[in-house]
Amino acid sequence: MTPTYDRVQPGDPLPEGRFPIDRARLIAYAGASGDHNVIHWNERVARAVGLPDVIAHGMATMALAMRVVTDWAGDPAALLSCSVRFSRPVVVPDDDSGALLVVTGSVRELLGDARVGVVLRASVGEDRVLSSVQAVVRLA
Amino acid sequence: MPVNRGFIGRQFAAPTTYEVGREHIRSFCRAIGEASPVCLDPAAARAAGHPDVVAPPTFLTVLSFRFAADGPVADPELGLDYRLVVHGEQGFTLHRPVVAGDVLHSVVTVADITDAGRNELIRTVTEVTGAQGEPVATLTGTIVSRGTAAERTG
Repeated sequence: MTPTYDRVQPGDPLPEGRFPIDRARLIAYAGASGDHNVIHWNERVARAVGLPDVIAHGMATMALAMRVVTDWAGDPAALLSCSVRFSRPVVVPDDDSGALLVVTGSVRELLGDARVGVVLRASVGEDRVLSSVQAVVRLA
Repeated sequence: MPVNRGFIGRQFAAPTTYEVGREHIRSFCRAIGEASPVCLDPAAARAAGHPDVVAPPTFLTVLSFRFAADGPVADPELGLDYRLVVHGEQGFTLHRPVVAGDVLHSVVTVADITDAGRNELIRTVTEVTGAQGEPVATLTGTIVSRGTAAERTG
């Protein structure tokens, strides 16, 4: 159910987002974003710079995490601000399933003017891949 | 080798405007699985009060790559070794939604360069304005230059 400002409470959970990140998604994101950094699609070069394998674009992970907020608010135009720290790389093996990004969140505070602050957690397995994940969204 | 602290305060204006396109927004939505009609269908966007389809909130990342060659990171005088760079942080403040048809100007400022242990942090602020000069978005980012902090003596 789409939240409304008069009903939402600090601590309310946001619906969890589960986002498979496979090599195909990285190629699509590279094209769409213009970030053709080779570590996001080429294993040989990723390993040569010390990575265990190809890693996802940090910004792709951020975009997916923010979908949890905009899906919950029911409106991508409602997200006023967001920020993340990139804490761990998302390793994307060359297989059919890739890495599974799991994003959870909750309302942190009501900010007035129909705006709420939310905090999120973004993990792949045990790794917290994004930290200090926050957003401000305007609700109906 | 530490990066050039003389870059603190330097501004890098994009050499041209960036034209936000419907198909580009749609392609970005496909890449991130965004299916909201206001991002894909102009009629739905207009019904919601927007002039055209709305870009997802992190879309303006495209500016950093479109104008990478004109920004601080690509400037050889900065002394950055791109192999040692990782993205540290990123933030977006949208002063209004970005929509197809927008013609955007952007200016990157190197806000600060600091040490964090053995690493250096390069913080940038990008101001994005629209065709009327109106504020559209402010992007903040930190990149980490791994292991390049100046050695301390004593």
